[in-house]
Amino acid sequence: MYKIVRKKALNPTVTQMEIDAPLVAKKAKPGQFIILRVDEAGERIPLTVAGTNPEEGTVKIIFQIVGATTELLNHKNEGEFIQDFAGPLGVATHTDGIKKVCIVGGGVGCAIAMPVAQEFHRLGAEVTSIIGFRNKDLLILEDEFRECSDRLMVMTDDGSYARQGNVTLPLKEMLTAGETFDMIITIGPLIMMKFVVEAAKPFGVPVTASMNPIMIDGTGMCGGCRITLVQDGKRVTKFACVDGPDFNGYEIDFDEAMSRGRMYFDYERKAHEKVCNLWKGVD
Amino acid sequence: MAFKPNMRLDKNPMPTQDPAVRAHNFNEVATGYSEDVALDEAMRCLNCRNMPCVSGCPVNIHIPAFIEKIKEGDFEGAYQIITQSSSLPAVCGRVCPQETQCEQKCVRGIKGEPVGIGRLERFVADWHNAHAKEKAVAPKSNGHKVAIVGSGPSGLTCAGDLAKKGYKVTVYEALHTAGGVLVYGIPEFRLPKSIVAKEVETLKDLGVDIEPNVIIGKTLTIDELFEMGFEAVFVGSGAGLPNFMNIPGEAYKGVYSANEFLTRSNLMKAYLDDPKTPIMKGGKVAVVGGGNVAMDAARTALRLGAEKVYIVYRRSMEELPARREEVEHAEEEGIDFRLLCNPVEILGYQNPDDPRDPKNGFVTGIRCIQMELGEPDASGRRRPVAIEGSEFELEVDAVIMSIGTSPNPLIKSTTKGLEVNKWGGIIVNEDGLTSRKGVYAGGDAVTGAATVISAMGAGKIAAKAIDEALGGLH
Repeated sequence: MYKIVRKKALNPTVTQMEIDAPLVAKKAKPGQFIILRVDEAGERIPLTVAGTNPEEGTVKIIFQIVGATTELLNHKNEGEFIQDFAGPLGVATHTDGIKKVCIVGGGVGCAIAMPVAQEFHRLGAEVTSIIGFRNKDLLILEDEFRECSDRLMVMTDDGSYARQGNVTLPLKEMLTAGETFDMIITIGPLIMMKFVVEAAKPFGVPVTASMNPIMIDGTGMCGGCRITLVQDGKRVTKFACVDGPDFNGYEIDFDEAMSRGRMYFDYERKAHEKVCNLWKGVD
Repeated sequence: MAFKPNMRLDKNPMPTQDPAVRAHNFNEVATGYSEDVALDEAMRCLNCRNMPCVSGCPVNIHIPAFIEKIKEGDFEGAYQIITQSSSLPAVCGRVCPQETQCEQKCVRGIKGEPVGIGRLERFVADWHNAHAKEKAVAPKSNGHKVAIVGSGPSGLTCAGDLAKKGYKVTVYEALHTAGGVLVYGIPEFRLPKSIVAKEVETLKDLGVDIEPNVIIGKTLTIDELFEMGFEAVFVGSGAGLPNFMNIPGEAYKGVYSANEFLTRSNLMKAYLDDPKTPIMKGGKVAVVGGGNVAMDAARTALRLGAEKVYIVYRRSMEELPARREEVEHAEEEGIDFRLLCNPVEILGYQNPDDPRDPKNGFVTGIRCIQMELGEPDASGRRRPVAIEGSEFELEVDAVIMSIGTSPNPLIKSTTKGLEVNKWGGIIVNEDGLTSRKGVYAGGDAVTGAATVISAMGAGKIAAKAIDEALGGLH
């Protein structure tokens, strides 16, 4: 059992928790993820590590309430326990040789992008961050990004805060103005990452995308998290849990990943409704 | 005591649930011998002096000795004899391929059927689990610490053997439950999870610590285990990533690896009503492959409500690697075997007018080609060759790929000096020792996909070698 040491709502649908998991806290690097189960009958879900405190032995996770499991997790309070918490899994984000980086985060993906930005900042790289949200109410982690970024651009789809438009807008402007980066790292909805790749393509700037496919064991056993890369015209199957979650954005078949991500869409929607209805009776 | 042997030629049949009933439930297919039947079957054993059966057992259970105890009606005594050699008798009695091991060597099999050794082993283990009141007791500590990576059959066996000798054993398991393939892979109807849990409890009574949610290679490395004071490490991390065929359409929704399908159903209990972990239920399903895992996947799909389940296998029934018993059970339950048949493409739905159609990207069928057997290949089996122009389509909603796995990469990628072969299997000597001092390995992590009992045999060999290396005998 793993104790929830602190819990904080970042916005109405995004929650941050710090979990007592000393072994994971000691090891986790930016870009890696954990697998958790809320209770004994629960499903295993992957969540990217949003930060660690090795001295205290805690691991920070930030999650959006999108389905039954995240709904249940959000009903757990400080001092309560979750059943299982295993990690760190996946390969940490590569930082070697990158002196100038552009971090492009969208929505709750910014929670994953934040520790990556912090790590580059710590390593002395020049960090430009672009973070985008649907609207002002969904904005998270602005202060944290400001602290670790040399430049920060905040975007909202509806213009209710900062600049209106999506994250590719300032990216394209910078690239068109002749600016370049050693690497663009993008984390967020698949469709956003696909467009970030398309925006960067004419300028030949390398793009790393962090994938979050459906997973079960997360340890290289089930194969559910497979994604297709196109390398030299050949389609290659990779597993996000052990080969990723970061991949070369130019090689990812995003359309296929989007389709596969919706496999249990109906099931999950119904399961979430059911859990919400259960809590309605309790709250 | 001398018994007059029962010279009947055939062994007592294993009682099973009616195929029409069991195809719709997850209860155990084989229901086990009664005491009377077990006594009758035991009497068929000639108690041969040279014990050929024992040499056929990867863990060398004293088979005639335990069967003699059954003849005496001393079922607990029989259990004690089995547990001298096997840490998981209730498991082995169910999933071992006895027909190619102990029973193949049985003298009674020369003329007639061999003694039902596996069925008797299962009877004894079940009797013990139902009747024994005394728990196993941890022996006096010998002061040595050993770490085991993975709680599957090889790891549990190694842990059990060492614990019985007084070692302080800690088993690290990556998943949330102990048992490895026994819980995520083998379905409830073949190996009830309560039996695995019971065997694990027995090991805990022997003083074995089981630490779930620790991924060796990630949470802790092998080097750190030595820093923590462990004097030897046994790696039984099991099979890894599933293989796919690399044919078009394998990314469609509804294409599973057998590992994923079985893990959803077994470990995550998606077979229960209203599961937290989803799985596709019903419809038509094609399982590609002919091993035991393919049979498990096909029969699981059937029990989840599939209206039609195909096994698609590229060679003939003669080469099909699954146990005969499993194939017979599958056939009785109505699984449709499409032999000499190889998939060339998985077909999926695409609405040309509506890219947002929710049905887009789901499996609709599988295109196969007929095969014929040509000359023998490197494995000695006749090589299947496609018959040109013989392609045909099966209409299905899901495809389960069950064509093997490659060893898990997590440990080799984080352990310096651990040598692996070109398939990624850890290289070991005859004692199970790897290229790293104090690090032993066994089971699928070494051999690639094999049987539960061969993994147990490897765990046993390593336990003996570790004991000799650490001098725990004294």
